[in-house]
Amino acid sequence: MAKTLFEKIWEKHIVKTIDDGPSVLYIDRHFIHEVTSPQAFTGLNNRGIKVFRPKQVVATADHNVPTLNQHLPIKEELSRKQVETLVKNCTEHNIELFGLGHPFQGIVHVIGPELGVTQPGMTIVCGDSHTSTHGAFGSIAFGIGTSEVEMVMATQCLLQSKPKLMRITVDGELSKGVVSKDIVLYILSKITASGATGYAVEFAGSAIRSLSMEARMTICNMSIEMGGRCGLIAADETTFEYIKGKPLSPKGEHWEKSLTYWKTLYSDKDAVFDKEYHFKAEDIEPMITYGTNPGMGIGVTETIPTTETINESDKSGLSKSLAYMGLQQGSAIKGQKIDYVFIGSCTNSRIEDLRLVAAFVKGKKKADDVEVWIVPGSKQVEAQAVKEGIDKIFEEAGFMLRQPGCSACLGMNEDKIPAGKYCISTSNRNFEGRQGAGARTLLASPLTAAAAAITGVVTDPRSLPNPSEGGL
Amino acid sequence: MNSTSKLSNSIKHSQNSGNPEPSFGGQGGFVSRFVPVNIENIDTDQIIPARFLKATTKEGFGKNLFRDWKYENDDESKPKADFPLNQSQYAGEILVAGKNFGCGSSREHAAWALADYGFKVVVSSFFADIFRNNALNNGVLPVQVSENFLQKIFSLSNEETLTVNLEKQTITINSTGESDFFEINSYKKTCLLNGYDDIDYLLSIKEDIEKFETQRG
Ligand code: SF4
Repeated sequence: MAKTLFEKIWEKHIVKTIDDGPSVLYIDRHFIHEVTSPQAFTGLNNRGIKVFRPKQVVATADHNVPTLNQHLPIKEELSRKQVETLVKNCTEHNIELFGLGHPFQGIVHVIGPELGVTQPGMTIVCGDSHTSTHGAFGSIAFGIGTSEVEMVMATQCLLQSKPKLMRITVDGELSKGVVSKDIVLYILSKITASGATGYAVEFAGSAIRSLSMEARMTICNMSIEMGGRCGLIAADETTFEYIKGKPLSPKGEHWEKSLTYWKTLYSDKDAVFDKEYHFKAEDIEPMITYGTNPGMGIGVTETIPTTETINESDKSGLSKSLAYMGLQQGSAIKGQKIDYVFIGSCTNSRIEDLRLVAAFVKGKKKADDVEVWIVPGSKQVEAQAVKEGIDKIFEEAGFMLRQPGCSACLGMNEDKIPAGKYCISTSNRNFEGRQGAGARTLLASPLTAAAAAITGVVTDPRSLPNPSEGGL
Repeated sequence: MNSTSKLSNSIKHSQNSGNPEPSFGGQGGFVSRFVPVNIENIDTDQIIPARFLKATTKEGFGKNLFRDWKYENDDESKPKADFPLNQSQYAGEILVAGKNFGCGSSREHAAWALADYGFKVVVSSFFADIFRNNALNNGVLPVQVSENFLQKIFSLSNEETLTVNLEKQTITINSTGESDFFEINSYKKTCLLNGYDDIDYLLSIKEDIEKFETQRG
């Protein structure tokens, strides 16, 4: 019988199924970080048990860490305590920790792939909703709560019901100045922030196939913003090429064996999905959000919807959203004044994102009254940027290159956007207060964010000289 | 390799646990007034903002529930008068909220905050997946009703009460007797009714898990 990619992986990981109930799903890789793990460790300790398969767990400190002076002790007491608790727990339970100061430290969803820990055909979880990122490698990867973190630590398993299956196909070629972030913001604007709730979403089509791994990760990353249980893209030569030679990827005969298996992981031709969407790459222009959920996005040249033109799902929330954002129905988004630019987060902080921004801003200067933060996704990304001289380009443009972490994506550390200020951000959530109480977030691609950094207002990146070609 | 087992057998060993007292079992169901928050797409960043996630324990999140909707400029001396949690006419252990409740971040702190504040049930016409699991794992029951029924609840006066009967999977508006059915998988229902918990069950099948690991090599 024809099977989807999701089903092939799912079936291989079922330990048993409870009658009329969920299945016991075996988990291959478990990522943990300082914020959602402490209570799970406490739970284990209270039961007097140890982590069942510590070798399948990888830890990092990212959500709460400062992005300046990382060599100094963390100033904020609660943050420091959380990071110290992680170190202590990892030591006690024999878990590999890429903590502060380690050359592999970084945002959990950036380091997993770049270390080769994330591989096709795996089940991967983390106490973080953007675990969906890892699905870009053709794996089932999803976010879990802390009780579930404890379950996986205790048994390497979770009780899960099989989600419904959705396929989103994007065919065609992206226009100049349009990148993968625009694809996913476009899809979100069409299917809304709850359009994929209850579904595992496979992304397919020629536009997706042509993307790099970094770009695919950006798309899967935001499948949770559609409500998707997970997002996945079948592995192909691009995937294998990316994984090959990474520090923790399979080597020698393991590599060959893995490769043979990975090549079987795709949705069969006649496989059936519960729901399908088709989009054309040519219809997508640089996107930006105007509201307070990631589905509230428009093309950068379009006007903000009105109660008459908006989709049903966001109708009731429109006035509240726009009041929070200080924006008007029916007005243009282009030209909107920007105070901060944040280029970072597990959506867009990989080396390719930094290269794209650097190529675009080279020889340009930021607008005077805009503050620009570039926060690399990991120590490895940071080191590579320095190696390529990207740091110099940023310096000359007046951009501040900070140290790796989640930073202003969720404003848990001191990187917060002040109340009432506008921030164009390459992260994934524009919820009220996400980047700091009262902060106003406009989500966009690194290219659109870079354009706003130069002009100080929302700008179509295609209107400035030398925008990079599409393809990211 | 797959095997199935009867639900009752599967989980009968898994009693005990840190779960709260089962509170939905009683014959007549669970009766309470409710607090309406008629807003759609309430994400977990609103339920509990990120700056409160620095704790290393599960306690004390209730006081920061909906923090930025409750207070002006994060100032406890300036409650926002128009937010239902600040309005004394509303009370009860049932929160009623607009469609797509609990979307966004996977933070279980959202469920801890709701439970700590005293909510036992959240009613909405749609729940985000991760939130639904987190709620169930903390003894908070997500009751998904039709949009129509949800709007009926929103139109009720603040004095009215609802009855949630987990056994029958129904929620009833007591003044009119109108009722809606809600889904819950039978495993989770059994767990909630009896105070069972997933970890205990998973620990009880450890041999199966080890066997599975050996077989897949
Ligand atoms: S960068 Fe943002 S979205 Fe990604 S893991 Fe960190 S906080 Fe979550």
